[in-house]
Amino acid sequence: MVKSPKRATVVSVGGNVGYKFDFGPVWDGMPDLLMGCLGTMGLALAGMLLATVIGIGGVILRDSRFPPLRWLVMSFVELIRNTPFLVQCYFIFFALPLLGEQLGVLMFKFGLLAKPTNLLLLSPTATAIIALGVNGGAYAIEIIRGGVQSISKGQVEAGLALGLHRAQVFRLIVLKPALRAIYPSLTSQFTLLTLTTSVASAIAAYELTSVAEIINGNSFRTFEVYFTVTIMYLIISSLMALLFNAISRRYFSYPVK
Amino acid sequence: MASTQSAAAPVASPAIAPMIVMEAVEKWYGPYKALTDINLSVRQGEKIVLCGPSGSGKSTLIRCINHLEGYSKGRITVGGVNLTESAKTIDAVRRDVGMVFQQFNLFPHMTILQNCTLSPMRTLGQSKAKAEATARRLLERVKILDQADKYPAQLSGGQQQRVAIARALCMEPKVMLFDEPTSALDPEMVKEVLDTMIGLAEDGMTMIVVTHEMGFARQVADRVIFMAKGEIVEEGHPKDFFTAPKHERTRAFLGEILRH
Repeated sequence: MVKSPKRATVVSVGGNVGYKFDFGPVWDGMPDLLMGCLGTMGLALAGMLLATVIGIGGVILRDSRFPPLRWLVMSFVELIRNTPFLVQCYFIFFALPLLGEQLGVLMFKFGLLAKPTNLLLLSPTATAIIALGVNGGAYAIEIIRGGVQSISKGQVEAGLALGLHRAQVFRLIVLKPALRAIYPSLTSQFTLLTLTTSVASAIAAYELTSVAEIINGNSFRTFEVYFTVTIMYLIISSLMALLFNAISRRYFSYPVK
Repeated sequence: MASTQSAAAPVASPAIAPMIVMEAVEKWYGPYKALTDINLSVRQGEKIVLCGPSGSGKSTLIRCINHLEGYSKGRITVGGVNLTESAKTIDAVRRDVGMVFQQFNLFPHMTILQNCTLSPMRTLGQSKAKAEATARRLLERVKILDQADKYPAQLSGGQQQRVAIARALCMEPKVMLFDEPTSALDPEMVKEVLDTMIGLAEDGMTMIVVTHEMGFARQVADRVIFMAKGEIVEEGHPKDFFTAPKHERTRAFLGEILRH
């Protein structure tokens, strides 16, 4: 970034040449920044929801009696946890559409589509939600699985003896105590997911860091912009923590020994 | 041997089919044989106490009856249903067989009432109102209705086990299996659970009870069965069983547990 032309206008403080604080551009950009906060929270919440679905679904498949399903989930978890999130975003955003183009043509040829359409061409926001959900989901699988394994076999047997089926036993008896057992790990993973939304600025998804980059690019008030954004992320994380606590009080407040 | 012959002999009048029949049942865990040639016939209303040293296969035996464990060989029939690996027969048998566990296994995230209404609503399709009415009646019967809205962790062990009994009864089972129901309890709570079980026995429930409570066996059992190393060693009416055990291993076991 070239900053020298603006630097020339900086007024010295106390006789020394330096950086003069000016929050004017930040105030001017406040509506955009607040919208960016909403964008970040939207991405985070959607990503968490998807990650939870993938996490719970993955655990069911991970312990399935059908070995290929188990291997599929294990491979998925290893693939996602051993590659960078940014590369995952780029892959979904830039690489998949190239595949989608070929696929669209092929499906058109076989009469499955009315005209060649790229089904894998996703908007930045859709890409970010999928990437966050898939990435968070891979971690959630391992975390939730730990919770499921912490539930005593006796709970399952009691459910089966009462005539419930395996799926009912999982859904009605195992799932809630399992989630309760790992809730702190899961929420700390989700806090990380919330902050990771900033990486989606690399594919220009609508969120706080993208907005900050634009304001910084126009004003060069780098310190003021990122100071403000730091505070905003802190507030967003705190709001998420409040949400996690509210969920915990609502669903996991039953007494245990 | 006389004792093993009597194990297979039907005790009920031939007109009434027995509630549970186990014929030449074998169970293997890999190379380890957990049950050997189990022959057992239980008629309706009969109360059976299973005892024996730990690892003798008592729990495995009753867990085969509701298919918490599969069996390797032989044949098990419960309430006229031949229990196989098929989900249909397993469902049918579990619907008729209630079970009470050593560790109570109440669901910690549900209230006492919810514990009792869960399965009747989910598997029998009962309305909430009907399931709750039944649950309240049975909680009353085990003298714990005043705790209906509490969670399991707020109850004592003895109270929890009585809830577990009520929960099983809510399914209106034809048979109740008890797997060491008092072994995890503090001594002062054993009686309240045994009293509940005695009440159930008096009402004519068919019961198979794995327990070391020989007082209960004397008072309630129609038959006491002694197992060792996966086999039924000896069985008989409690009066004969306790006063004149035929088998050396039975005498050794009774000597151990009745010493105090």
